[in-house]
Amino acid sequence: MTLRTEPVTINLGPQHPSTHGVFRMRITFDGEVILDVEPVFGYLHRGSEKLAEERTYAQVVTLTDRLDYVSSMSNNLAYVLAVEKLAGIQPPERAMYLRVIAAELQRISSHLVATGFFLNDLGALATPLMYCFREREKILDLFEMLCGARITLSYMRVGGVFQDAPTEFWPAIRDFLSFMPEYVDEYEKMLTGNEILLSRTKDVGILAGETAINCSASGPVLRSAGVNWDLRKADPYDVYDRLEFDVPVGTVGDNYDRYLLRIAEIRQSLRIIEQCVDQIPEGPVRERIPNLVRPPVGDAYAHVESPKGELGFYLVSDGSIAPYRCKIRSPSLINLTVLRDILIGWKLADMIVTFGSIDINMGEVDR
Amino acid sequence: MGGYTPFREANAFFGNLYDLFAGLNVFGVSLIPEWLAYFVAGFLVIFIVINVVVITTTVGTWVERRLIGRIQSRLGPNRWGPFGLLTPVADALKLLTKEDTRPEGVDGWVFNLAPLVFILGPLLVFAVIPFGKNTYVADLNIGILFIIAVTTVPTIAMFMAGWGSGNRYSLFGAMRGVAQLVSYEVPLVLSIVGVLLLAGSLSLVDIVESQRIPFILIQPLGFFIFIVAISAEMNRSPFDIVEADSELVAGFHTEYSGMKWGTFQLAEFIAPFGAASIITTLFLKGWEGPVLPSHLWFFIKVWAIWFILLWVRATLPRLRVDQIMALAWKFLFPLGLINLFITAGLLLIWEDPTTIQLWAMGGINWVIALVCLVVSSHLMSDKLTARPPLAPVPGRSSGRAQEAR
Repeated sequence: MTLRTEPVTINLGPQHPSTHGVFRMRITFDGEVILDVEPVFGYLHRGSEKLAEERTYAQVVTLTDRLDYVSSMSNNLAYVLAVEKLAGIQPPERAMYLRVIAAELQRISSHLVATGFFLNDLGALATPLMYCFREREKILDLFEMLCGARITLSYMRVGGVFQDAPTEFWPAIRDFLSFMPEYVDEYEKMLTGNEILLSRTKDVGILAGETAINCSASGPVLRSAGVNWDLRKADPYDVYDRLEFDVPVGTVGDNYDRYLLRIAEIRQSLRIIEQCVDQIPEGPVRERIPNLVRPPVGDAYAHVESPKGELGFYLVSDGSIAPYRCKIRSPSLINLTVLRDILIGWKLADMIVTFGSIDINMGEVDR
Repeated sequence: MGGYTPFREANAFFGNLYDLFAGLNVFGVSLIPEWLAYFVAGFLVIFIVINVVVITTTVGTWVERRLIGRIQSRLGPNRWGPFGLLTPVADALKLLTKEDTRPEGVDGWVFNLAPLVFILGPLLVFAVIPFGKNTYVADLNIGILFIIAVTTVPTIAMFMAGWGSGNRYSLFGAMRGVAQLVSYEVPLVLSIVGVLLLAGSLSLVDIVESQRIPFILIQPLGFFIFIVAISAEMNRSPFDIVEADSELVAGFHTEYSGMKWGTFQLAEFIAPFGAASIITTLFLKGWEGPVLPSHLWFFIKVWAIWFILLWVRATLPRLRVDQIMALAWKFLFPLGLINLFITAGLLLIWEDPTTIQLWAMGGINWVIALVCLVVSSHLMSDKLTARPPLAPVPGRSSGRAQEAR
């Protein structure tokens, strides 16, 4: 005799502790095994793209803070690069270095959040999360020195940055660079060899390089699948072409690789910041441009390697003080499209972990 | 009433209370008849034990949160009272005054009964635990069997809650809970059998008295299996798949609020103390110890074991449901069998072991335990080797990097 079983459908989210915001998935289970996943977006839609059309070019910077709210600097950077490309503005050298420092600090902070929440999804009772947040706090302190804010930074401006770093910033960042590698070692010592973490993440949620490319995935998700693609190398912006760093690339493309990759990227980011701090020239930090930028009619696309992947801004100008159209290519949304391919056949617990390892931010997914 | 005399003498806790009530008299005329004194003393014993347990647990929640705070490099609750000591009071007040919501479509009786049944198990465990010299509620001659039986009761409540809630997360949690219990009951019982063979009795009072050497020194493997299995039975991390907050929201008690939820939480905080008491009694010589009074020794040992359970909880991530089952059947079950066979074999050789022979047994068992753990962890962990750090590659450069330099 065989027992008749029925698949169960669960609405995971929008209110759920580990959907990292208000994401919803309609999942069909056979027992614990996933049969089908259907992501449902749009619970955090705020119309950022439309709002951008109603604001001047300078004002839109504040909107970009609220896209991926754990990496505001990268969002600022992508947007101001697009406007500068559109209006043909060249920021001063010092500003470009400051931007790179800020963006790389933001990458470290975002990867710390990703690693912490990844472990939290694994069920580690917030202990690794607290450790990661301890160092993120130091980065937020540095941001506070730069621009007074900690989360919604709005530090970048069209044609430079908001203000020069204060004098006490430089010893503080030297201090940060001196102690941070030890903390990264500490994470590795406690996490990388942990048997439970290994058994939960190794060879789970394998993403093939081809699938990743076909899904147009980017960032750590793409690189963990063995594809060597980093915009900082492939299409360098600001001063990345003067800096020496490596791109870590995964071998298997499983959850464990994505975790390892983020740790490796933190180390590379520290290398980049160290070089920037050594190389940064004196000079102005902001190009003198009119308060209301009026770019010539045309369009421009600029992209940066944000912590989550390729973050792009496509701006169309009709010659007025506000963009005619602002399209945001958000890495989180596009990285989510690989979800269905890598989840089917795994268990409920793996689903949460894989979802955490992709590292999305709902503010960016729904915009 | 003369028949109760030996019982009263053995159980000093009950006996003293009985004598107090039975001895109340006005000019030689007894105020309370003997049978009533018997009941009053009995109820008072139960009242005191339950309150000590609940108050210890309440203090325990505070200690737990402060310690986990320290482990996580933060402060922990420190607002209410000195060092936040009144936090449990504030928590209880908040839970008691909170609205008790009951979702549509719950199975009323089952839903409401579940928290009460759930707290029954952890509380009943304390009925047979000897807290100190001659201090216990009851000395059952099948004490350990009783404990094994009552520790499974919460699982029924878990399933009642999961089914009665009419919520799929709850049902998932409940199903996981039942599967986990069925698996872990086997190694749990197997690990106890070694102790029972050595003690020659099922009564916890006798087990404590028969420990010339703490049984942890003779039964290291049994102790290890027991502490793992009891963590799984209590659904503590890393085996907390039943209420896995990152997966199932809160598992079987997702739909509960107010004091019903509070009852679940209370039971879950009592459970580690129950487990620590059982471990203390079975493996750590119970209340016995030099110099200090016996009750204090018992408390020290319980808190030490409790701290280990808490430490594990704050440190380890969660296992997946199939890995938990594999751990029980492929790892703990064979180890339990090995432990049982070795202990039984050694007792066959030394039928009535002297203290020196007990030490010899301990030595043999430690060697076997270490070999078993090393071998089986190697067998389990063919996948569990860390990958080397990702080799950084120079990246696909546009060539401008070289020009710039």
